[in-house]
Amino acid sequence: MLTYTIRRLILAIPTLLFISFVIFLIVKLSPSDPTAGLPLTIPPEVREQIRESLGVNDPVVVQYFKWLKLMVWDEPLHFIEGATGWQVAPDGPRIISYQTRSPVMDLIVQRMPQTLWVVGTSYIVGILIALPLGIISAYKQYSVFDQVGTFISMVGFSVPTFFTGVLFIVIFAVTLGWFPSVYDTTHEVTDWDSFVVQLKQIIMPVMVLGLYNASQISRYLRASMLDNLNQDYVRTARAKGLGEKTVVLVHVLKNSMIPVVTVIALNVPAVFGGAIITEQVFKVNGIGQLLIIAIQSGDVPVVQTVSFIFAVLIVLFSLIADILYGVLDPRIRYD
Amino acid sequence: MKRYSLLLGATALALAPAAAMAERGSSGHLNIIYWQAPSTLNPYLSGGTKEVESSSLILESMARFDETGAMVPWLAESIPTVENGGVSADLTSITWTIADGITWSDGSALTASDFVFTWQYCTHPEGGCAQAANYDGVTAVEAVDDKTVRITFNAPTPFPYTAFVGSESPVIQAAQFAECLGARAPECTDANFGPIGTGPFKVDEFRPNDVIELSANPNFRFPDRPYFGTVTFKGGGDATSAARSVCETGEFDYAWNLQMDPTILAGMAAQGRCAIEVAFGTSVERIHLNQTNPDPALGDARSTVEGGPHPFLTNPIIGQAMSMAIDRALIVEIGYGAGGKPTCNVLPAPDLYASTANDGCLVQDIPGAIALLDGAGIVDTNGDGIREYNGVPLRVLYQTSTNAVRQDTQALIKQWWAEIGIDTELRNIDASVFFGGDPASPDTFQKFYADIEMYTNNFAGVDPQAYMASWLCGDMPRPQSQWQGSNIQRFCDPAYDALVAEMARTADLNERGRLAREMNDMLVRYSIIPLVHRGGVSARAATLEGHRMSDWDSELWNIMDWRRTQ
Repeated sequence: MLTYTIRRLILAIPTLLFISFVIFLIVKLSPSDPTAGLPLTIPPEVREQIRESLGVNDPVVVQYFKWLKLMVWDEPLHFIEGATGWQVAPDGPRIISYQTRSPVMDLIVQRMPQTLWVVGTSYIVGILIALPLGIISAYKQYSVFDQVGTFISMVGFSVPTFFTGVLFIVIFAVTLGWFPSVYDTTHEVTDWDSFVVQLKQIIMPVMVLGLYNASQISRYLRASMLDNLNQDYVRTARAKGLGEKTVVLVHVLKNSMIPVVTVIALNVPAVFGGAIITEQVFKVNGIGQLLIIAIQSGDVPVVQTVSFIFAVLIVLFSLIADILYGVLDPRIRYD
Repeated sequence: MKRYSLLLGATALALAPAAAMAERGSSGHLNIIYWQAPSTLNPYLSGGTKEVESSSLILESMARFDETGAMVPWLAESIPTVENGGVSADLTSITWTIADGITWSDGSALTASDFVFTWQYCTHPEGGCAQAANYDGVTAVEAVDDKTVRITFNAPTPFPYTAFVGSESPVIQAAQFAECLGARAPECTDANFGPIGTGPFKVDEFRPNDVIELSANPNFRFPDRPYFGTVTFKGGGDATSAARSVCETGEFDYAWNLQMDPTILAGMAAQGRCAIEVAFGTSVERIHLNQTNPDPALGDARSTVEGGPHPFLTNPIIGQAMSMAIDRALIVEIGYGAGGKPTCNVLPAPDLYASTANDGCLVQDIPGAIALLDGAGIVDTNGDGIREYNGVPLRVLYQTSTNAVRQDTQALIKQWWAEIGIDTELRNIDASVFFGGDPASPDTFQKFYADIEMYTNNFAGVDPQAYMASWLCGDMPRPQSQWQGSNIQRFCDPAYDALVAEMARTADLNERGRLAREMNDMLVRYSIIPLVHRGGVSARAATLEGHRMSDWDSELWNIMDWRRTQ
């Protein structure tokens, strides 16, 4: 297992380099201009000076290697210094956002808490809803519960979040006035009252995303449970006189979770990636909103860096999913 | 000479406290939402409206423009003029005097050297200063003494109120930005995100592209203001949800730039929680008729003077008929609502410069347009429903940026032009490409690889001299200039160039007005078809008062006077 992990990690390096170069080319070669969003009253000579000062006019390869060096060497050192206080960070340039003229990593660190709060909570809520829904739906296949559960998860899966989000706002914020429609990113939880405020502002985006996640995971679990419920080992367990509870929740569930755990692990990078649409609808202003604003304004360093971090996370969690697979299923061995 | 009487008239009134009873912070907390979030609080590094307006809470300039476009002394004692000796008789220098008792929010005094530094900061060749145009023609900024700043120009400048006037060229603190000149500007993140200013508020926390928390500046020169003690300036979302948060849920007190379906906005306002505010500046949605030939067969010469004149759009009769066929009032009703009014001028304001000679275009006249074309012998000779001019059928490619209102306008105009026998092909291009100015892209508005294109332009401030100089023969975008240039429709008339030169020499305000109107009339007959005079649309909570929305300056220019109704 260890050799396998090490081999996979080493293989990941050329993969990530390739991914980063492709992302860079896509972003760079697309017709985008960091000065495009400025008012037309700003004359072309000034725009040219701005582009020059941003380094947009350097050759593409030079820009790529400048970025790569900063990304894999300088920025991690800055991160270590920020986290531990050791004086290890080199002087000199960092990856600078075109829009804010500030280090991209600082922006990401600033955005991470609200994204993890909202998207992370919604993922946990989604799993918590999906588990009972999937188990009962499969155990009582074609019952009323199964039909209703299937209907709800199909709705949750197919109705886009920009629709459910606005619907929630119109119902719960505008008509009923229960929850705020704008998320306050500066709010800090210090006591019970501020926790209630946080709960109120987080509940709508979490439920919108949670419904979507629950639909997806419950369908996987239901299918996987159905596969297992008809297996011989289930009949054997029942023949031994084990209670239904033990049969379903211990024997069947454990085996059914193998593919579901993989799906859950593979989707974890999406939690860090934020939810572009839901974040926009509720003005959560996390990583997703950072990315979409950067794309709109031609902010190459931000797009490049955020996409690269996603790529790292995806490669990493694919590996974790594979290892988990081996841990959960004794039939699978990598060495 | 009464040149600046209009500017001086409003000065005394503007600073008179509106609510003598109220005191600093008495109105509590103010929530503002800008659906495009500010990326930095240093307007010199961005140039976007959202950055200029958000930083105007903190940074200030010598003078500002009120809602009528009149100048109000702000950091200055008074507006310098030739009469009071502030502007030299040969119009090559202007001397500002800083009013007494003005300090930065950290308590140190504002001095003339801060202005000198600001000028050096923005004109540093490596800085990429977005507001450099405000310092065009300035050869020196000197501190005559602690309170006196003299700006010298390289030529007589009849309108010297560009540097340090309005929200786009505010003064920044020399002590804070001393290490941030030129290429080092981006390294000063703390200063760029938390500039020390003289304004009513100071920054407590800034999160780029998200939110700004501000509180009243304890060293502000008016002891009773600002009436609001703290401000949250939130960004993100879209125009509709911003309007909703003011007009329906009441979470916010002020929402900016509500470009949205006018009927939805009117419906929200009807609930009574908010009021819609509109301010008109100089923005005009207009159609440009390409005066050169965009035929793809010309290769590199297309849309250049070398490619030859346009086969039919250079004929004023055709342009006039196209203009007559348009129902501007309907375009306003469908797409702009309160935020627009029909116009026939490319220079619609200030009043002094607005021509009335073309107002006939406000009424749609399709039969008139048909008669005009028929009378000129431009008729359909081959029975396909499309007229021909010298054997060339009147088919046009009409492009604009991707935007729901613009596509509605395109569809309407295509319909009207079809009725007068002109066939229109529509095209829309993503705004970041269309306005992106990439010389390698064929789809920029400067390249104009189409017969007709539509967008909005305006000018900052109140003086149209530089704006009207956009249409000089020499300012056409062309390959030699990397397709840079402001004369988008490739208009060229030596008589127009002569008027531009005359305006640059003329100091008398009424004479300048006459020249500007004359130039406007030359442009709109018929290389530009103006459609809509666009205003800024904002919503304010019904409980907010003291708001005077100006499109000539930041919308938040008088935020120190805003207060909550009792």
